[in-house]
Amino acid sequence: MAEFTLPKNSVIQPGKEFAAPEGATNLKRVEVYRWEPDTGENPKVDVYNIDLDKCGPMVLDAIIKIKDEVDTTLSFRRSCREGICGSCAMNINGKNTLACTKAIGDIKGAIKIYPLPHMSVVKDLVPDMTHFYAQYASIKPWLETTTAAPQDSERLQSKEDRAKLDGLYECILCACCSTSCPSYWWNSDRYLGPAILLQAYRWIIDSRDENTGERLDELEDPFKLYRCHTIMNCTDTCPKGLNPAKAIAEIKKLIVERQ
Amino acid sequence: MASTNRPLSPHLQVYRLPLTGLISITHRATGVFLTLGTLLLVCWLMSAAAGAESFASVQSFMSSGFGMLILIGWTFALFFHLCHGVRHLLWDAGSSFEKETMDQYAMIEVGIASVLTFFLWALA
Repeated sequence: MAEFTLPKNSVIQPGKEFAAPEGATNLKRVEVYRWEPDTGENPKVDVYNIDLDKCGPMVLDAIIKIKDEVDTTLSFRRSCREGICGSCAMNINGKNTLACTKAIGDIKGAIKIYPLPHMSVVKDLVPDMTHFYAQYASIKPWLETTTAAPQDSERLQSKEDRAKLDGLYECILCACCSTSCPSYWWNSDRYLGPAILLQAYRWIIDSRDENTGERLDELEDPFKLYRCHTIMNCTDTCPKGLNPAKAIAEIKKLIVERQ
Repeated sequence: MASTNRPLSPHLQVYRLPLTGLISITHRATGVFLTLGTLLLVCWLMSAAAGAESFASVQSFMSSGFGMLILIGWTFALFFHLCHGVRHLLWDAGSSFEKETMDQYAMIEVGIASVLTFFLWALA
């Protein structure tokens, strides 16, 4: 049964507010979820007031600035700062996205930053991704073949077959979609979620893969696949503009068609 | 180990559901409401079977302001549930998943359900 409220140890308390730098005129209020594993206290929301005149344009720039200049204890993941690594996925003003591609200028009022929803928090904005990656491994995200590899060449595919991978191969596994999905919130122990199902479809539809039947067998399950109720939060939130809901629908169609 | 007391990050508490998400949960809520409304209809029929007196008492409740509100709400729930059901049929056929038109479809569903409810009660 779905738990709509947070467990006792997860209820958010008010945190501290850091004063604005002196002389700053272009201030932005940034509210950030904080949790320190060593204290045994509940999570808090700390407030930072930053000078936008001395800050880069993206939300990631703002939290890097906070870590550099205001509070070095703030923890978050980041790497490429250009929307290709998927590390800085977080919930910004109610929607999951990448901090590095979310412009501060697009946010009216305070910036409110939380970790990806309904995840176990390691520290501050860092969620535990172990289960998500294990689910990814479970769909065998590699080319599976039974025929012998062609001599002196790669396994080729037509331009048309290659085009079927467009809108799928771009997925960076940031988990924005899966952690936006209420079905995944309540059933992530058994439901694979939109990101992993989009990846599964990427291998199902690959003309070079020779294990399509078994892949569909694996997914034909009331929970793994059919907990998708087309809520569409995944497609709404994907920072790469992909459409996991459609990929899931295509898998459902393939399973019906082969019957 | 610190891992045992790790908090769960906020979900419903912070997530701003898009229109499609709200429509989806409304679809479920109207489903529950329709079931309860059907029980009410059964009560109505049973009261009619039990005799004129009991029917009159249920009938007076149903034609009161509150009773009418329930009935109008029930018919809207029926039409909305129907419209979103048709939407699900389109989705199951693999069509109309475009991000740009998601909100439009949601508005159309609510619009058609409202119009059908209006005409039903205008004709009733």
